[in-house]
Amino acid sequence: MALETKIYQKENNLHFGRLLKDSLRDIYSSLFLAKQLAVRDIKAQYRQSYLGILWAFITPLATAMVWIVLNSSGAVKISATGLPYPLYVISGTLIWSILTDAINSPMQSTNSAKGILSKINFPKEALVISGIYKLLFNILPKLVILIIFMVFYGVSFQASMLLFPFVILAAIFCGTTLGFFITPIGMLYTDVSKVISMALKFLMYASPVVYAIPEKGVLKTLMEWNPLSSILITARDVLMGGTPEYLTYFLIVLGVAVPLFFIGLVLYRISIPIIVERMSA
Amino acid sequence: MEEKDILVKVEGLSKKFCKDLKTSLWYGVKDLFSNATGNKDQRLLRPKEFWAVKDISFELKRGECLGLIGHNGAGKSTLLKILNGLINPDAGKITIRGRVGALIELGAGFNPILSGRENIYNNGAILGFTKQEIDDKIEGIIDFSEIREFIDMPVQNYSSGMKVRLGFAIAAQMEPDVLIIDEVLAVGDLGFVLKCFKTIDTILPNTAIVFVSHSMPMVSRICNQIILMDRGEAKFQGVDVPKAIDMYYTRFVDNDSNVVFDDGNFELEKVAFIEPRLIEDGIPQLNWGDDFNLKFRFKTKENTEVPAIFVSIFDKEQRPVAIFDANNDESGIVLVNNILEFKISHKEIQLSKGIYSINISLVKMKNKEPLFRVNGVLSFQILHKEESWPPFFLKSNFENC
Repeated sequence: MALETKIYQKENNLHFGRLLKDSLRDIYSSLFLAKQLAVRDIKAQYRQSYLGILWAFITPLATAMVWIVLNSSGAVKISATGLPYPLYVISGTLIWSILTDAINSPMQSTNSAKGILSKINFPKEALVISGIYKLLFNILPKLVILIIFMVFYGVSFQASMLLFPFVILAAIFCGTTLGFFITPIGMLYTDVSKVISMALKFLMYASPVVYAIPEKGVLKTLMEWNPLSSILITARDVLMGGTPEYLTYFLIVLGVAVPLFFIGLVLYRISIPIIVERMSA
Repeated sequence: MEEKDILVKVEGLSKKFCKDLKTSLWYGVKDLFSNATGNKDQRLLRPKEFWAVKDISFELKRGECLGLIGHNGAGKSTLLKILNGLINPDAGKITIRGRVGALIELGAGFNPILSGRENIYNNGAILGFTKQEIDDKIEGIIDFSEIREFIDMPVQNYSSGMKVRLGFAIAAQMEPDVLIIDEVLAVGDLGFVLKCFKTIDTILPNTAIVFVSHSMPMVSRICNQIILMDRGEAKFQGVDVPKAIDMYYTRFVDNDSNVVFDDGNFELEKVAFIEPRLIEDGIPQLNWGDDFNLKFRFKTKENTEVPAIFVSIFDKEQRPVAIFDANNDESGIVLVNNILEFKISHKEIQLSKGIYSINISLVKMKNKEPLFRVNGVLSFQILHKEESWPPFFLKSNFENC
């Protein structure tokens, strides 16, 4: 039996293609590990909590409630959205929460694995994949809530709804890609995660989460340029049966995300040893 | 020759660390960028950095065990982390062939909320087992760990010893070509430690082991080559394990004696060897087989009866090695003018090579009431060409019969 040879040295002479191949091979071989880690985290999370799965959607729902109250009381005047406002807000906050969770997921998974990263050599890609598993798990209750509201507001079934899961997968893909680039520096400095969470709060208002894109003005430009908007709008449009106005932009975003995802994956792979060296565990 | 192939080859390995956290993090950011562009430049020490591992080289074949010893912070664990591929070296190269198993911290990744059984699956997956493999091995793991009774209890209620048991039981299922062991077995009880060593013994013939420990008996038991590290550098490297252990202990020679008990009456004035051969670094040296003649002089405040005198010898690990038969009424020792002066002798001392220290205690002859006790009144060194780990190197005579 030929023994696998590993070489550790300062220089990485490996080519991008080679690294990517190794990375993808490790992803494949560590699917069981990823599943195990995800199951571990989910079990542990819910075993220590009574509300359990509710936490997956309480926050976005609470944000939605605030805006529904603001709107219905007339404190904030929101222009027509083309949908019943509660449905618009709830779908907005839930989809937005999926996006932000995806962005934070690689860093969170890596951070929570600090303890094993500095002690055991295992395929680090498993952390990212387990993060994606956890995201998918958390999406389920959100979808249930969304469907309940859609039935309540009498949204009828449309063929375009079948595209929704794909748009959501694309959202997770884009979010994770972004997460890859944040993770290496974010693991070193805690400032990064704070900045990200603050930036995402601002970005939420620069995306059509709780109100539609205005007719004109700076906000309109900002919201139209924001790539996250295109994902959000497309997801909502296919779900509610509207014409996906930003489909082209969405596809461009997705097209750019694909090569970036692979670059991010390789970057993540080669950055981990440096992070392990600098962090405490 | 497949069996004797070199599994681990380390060439000029160096690693630097930073003393300051903020600077370290900033260097980390810089390294992230230089890493992404291939790390071609030579690494030199930047401000506030030091070499945690400097220019270490060795080769290890299947069936060999390398011991890494050195004081705390000598760079042993850093070296292990590089060997395990957790961090990258700053210079040099490591080539490892085959499956690598590392016992750096047993039970790393255990989730405290989950049960022992669930954690076997998680930990097994982290160590690279498939679900099928774990299903097959789980009974063996539970049996080995000897905690079947508690296997469905949350791990947070386990004692540290139980966690180590479970961790080792899982790790022992790996069939590695290269095994890296950091000081992980220290927590288990004696029975478990022995069991672990038995396991290590059985896998050793098929494995190359790198073993870090502060326990010299363990090192001398399983290692056949050794590196003594000091400030990241190899201070000694070779197959002469006892010599390295000796050097390791010499680092900790301390000539301070401490009075453990004193009733105020006795005062130790002088202790010395009669005609020691040599004194080096303040330590008297004797050849193996020399007569052991030690002279003591005590001064007393009041005239009392002659106490019973117990002189014992300890080795560098503070293991008691020998005690001399005490004096009795027939020994004829007397106290004259508040001076108790006596000689204790032993013919042809057969202690093995090494450094030893002497403790003395005086007790009342009749009721054994303690009067005076000093630990480490004197250190001495036995010289011999043979290195041996057991405390006695006994003269022998072989003949046909």
